[in-house]
Amino acid sequence: MTIYTRRRIINIFNLSMSFLTMAFGLFWLGWILVTLFQQGLGALDWTVFTQNTPPPGESGGLLNAIVGSLIMTALGVLIGAPLGVLAGTYLAEYGRHSRLASAVRFINDILLSAPSIIVGLFIFTVVVMAMGSFSGFAGSLALAVIALPVIVRTTENMLALVPGRLREAAAALGAPTWLVIVRISYRAARAGIVTGILLAVARISGETAPLLFTALNNQFFSADLGRPMANLPVTIFQFALSPYRDWQDLAWAGSLLITLAVLAISIVARVLVRPKGSK
Amino acid sequence: MMAEINTSTQERATPSVSLAGLRSGEATQNEARPEAKLEIRDLNFYYGGFHALKGIDMQIPAGKVTAFIGPSGCGKSTLLRAFNRIYELYPNQRAEGEILMDGRNILSPKVDKNLLRAKVGMVFQTPTPFPMSIYDNIAFGVRLYEKLSRRQMDERVEWSLRKAALWDEVKSKLRQSGTGLSGGQQQRLCIARAIAVKPEVLLLDEPTSALDPISTGFIEELVHELKQDYTIVMVTHNMQQAARVSDYTAFMYLGQLVEFNDTDTVFTNPAKKQTEDYITGRYG
Ligand SMILES: Nc1ncnc2c1ncn2[C@@H]1O[C@H](COP(=O)(O)OP(=O)(O)OP(=O)(O)O)[C@@H](O)[C@H]1O
Ligand SMILES: [Mg+2]
Repeated sequence: MTIYTRRRIINIFNLSMSFLTMAFGLFWLGWILVTLFQQGLGALDWTVFTQNTPPPGESGGLLNAIVGSLIMTALGVLIGAPLGVLAGTYLAEYGRHSRLASAVRFINDILLSAPSIIVGLFIFTVVVMAMGSFSGFAGSLALAVIALPVIVRTTENMLALVPGRLREAAAALGAPTWLVIVRISYRAARAGIVTGILLAVARISGETAPLLFTALNNQFFSADLGRPMANLPVTIFQFALSPYRDWQDLAWAGSLLITLAVLAISIVARVLVRPKGSK
Repeated sequence: MMAEINTSTQERATPSVSLAGLRSGEATQNEARPEAKLEIRDLNFYYGGFHALKGIDMQIPAGKVTAFIGPSGCGKSTLLRAFNRIYELYPNQRAEGEILMDGRNILSPKVDKNLLRAKVGMVFQTPTPFPMSIYDNIAFGVRLYEKLSRRQMDERVEWSLRKAALWDEVKSKLRQSGTGLSGGQQQRLCIARAIAVKPEVLLLDEPTSALDPISTGFIEELVHELKQDYTIVMVTHNMQQAARVSDYTAFMYLGQLVEFNDTDTVFTNPAKKQTEDYITGRYG
C-alpha cells in the first residue's frame, strides 16, 4: 500500500507540474494572440486592402505590401517546392543508403536551423550586389532558400513513411523505379508532401530578415520583380517602430493578416494529413 | 470447404508452357517430371555477410504447382525473391549462381529485371493494395507493358477479378479505393493484379496466411485453376495446403534444399528423416 500511495503522490506531483508548465507556456501565447486581435481588429478596415502604404503621418492601407508578399511568397514556393521535393525524393528513394545522401541530409539540417538573416545576407551578396539593386526577385530567392530545407525534410520523412512493401509490390509488376516513385510513393505520401509545402509557405510568409536585404520595401505599388518590392513583414517592421499612430495601426493590421493566413494554412494542412475515415 | 475444381474452364493456354502431352491432373509418382520452367543451379544468397541460401539446385516444372515448405527462417521467401530479382531493390543483398528460365540465366545483368518481373508475378504475404482505385490497382501493371483500349482494359480488369473470385464483391465499386477492402479481399485483389499482366510464372509467398478459411478456399481453388496457364511456386506453412494444392514439394532447412519430389512422395514416403519429422510435426 505504501508503494501505491507513494506512486499516487508522485503521479499527482508530475501531473500538476506538467499542467502548470503547459499553462505557463499557453499564457504567453494567449496574451500575444489577444493583444494581436485587440489591436489588429481595430485597425483592420477596407482601406487596408484598397490603398497603398501612406507617406509619414497620412492614412492609407497595405495593398502594395499584401500583393508584394503574395507574389514573393508564391514565387519563393514555386522555386523552392520542386527543388525541395526532388531533393527529398533523392534522399528517400534513390540515395537512401548512399554517402552523398548523408552529406546532403547533414547540410540540409544545417540550412534548416540557419538564422534567416544569414540567408538574406547571402542573397544580398550573390544577387543584389550582382544585379545592382534590391528586387522582388532577390526576395523570392531568399524565401525559396528558406523554404527549401523545410520541404526537403518533410518530403523525405513522408516518403520514408510509405511502406517498402508497396514499392516492392509495384516493382514486382515490372515497374521501373521512377514510375514506382511517381505513381506509388508520391501518391501514398501526397497529403504529407503537400502539407510540408504548406508549412514552408507558413514559415516564409512571416520572414522579415531575409527580405530586408533583398526586396527591401517599396512605398508604391509595384509588381516588377526587378525592382524593390513592398511586403508585409518589412512594412510591419518599419511602421511598428515609427512614431506615427496611423503607421502603428497598419503594422498591427498587417500582423493580424499574416497570423490569420498562417492559421488558415495550418488548418488546411491538418485537414490534409488527417487519416482517411475520420472525416 | 474446397469446392470441386472446374477443370473445364480452360480460358487460354500459354504457348510457352509445353504441356500438350501431359495431363494436368495430379502428378503420379512414376510420371516423368515435366520440362523445367525454372532451373536453379548452385544458388547462393547473401544478406550482407549472412549466407541465407547455400548451394540450391532445383528444377521447377512448368505448368505445375510447386510448394516450398520448411521451418521459419529457412530461406523460402529468400529463394522466391531471387526468381524475380526483387532483392535487387536492396543494395546489400546479392545472389550468386544461376537461375535458368526457359534456358536463359535470369540472374545475368543482361536480362532486364523489369521485363523479367513482368513475366514472373509475385504475391506477397501481406496484402499490398496500391493507394488508388480497385480498377487502377489492376490497370497499373497492365499499362506498363500493354497498350489496351478502354474496352479491352475493362475486359482485362473483369477477367482478372473473376479469376481471383473477387468480381462479384467489387463490381459495383471499381472506382473506390483498393485500401478500403477487407484483408482477404485485398489479397485477392493482389492476386488479380498479378495475373492481370499474364505472367508465365506466379510466385505466392504464404498468400493465405492472413486469410479466413473461406478466402483460403477460394485462393486454393484459384491456384488449382491457374496452373493450367502458369507455373506456380507457393510458400506455405500449412502442410495440408501443400498436400492439397501442390504437385511438387520442396522441403528446405537452414538455407539448404533437403528434399524435392512430387508431393505424394514427399508426404507419404519422404527420403530424408528431417522431412518426415517436419511433416509429421515432430520438428521443434
Ligand atoms: N532483409 C534481411 N536482412 C538480413 N537477413 C535476412 C533478411 N531477410 C531474411 N533474412 C534472414 O534470412 C534467412 C531466411 O529468411 P526467409 O525470409 O527467406 O525465411 P522464410 O523461410 O521465408 O521464413 P518464414 O517462414 O518465417 O517466412 C533468415 O535467417 C532471416 O533471418
Ligand atoms: Mg517468408
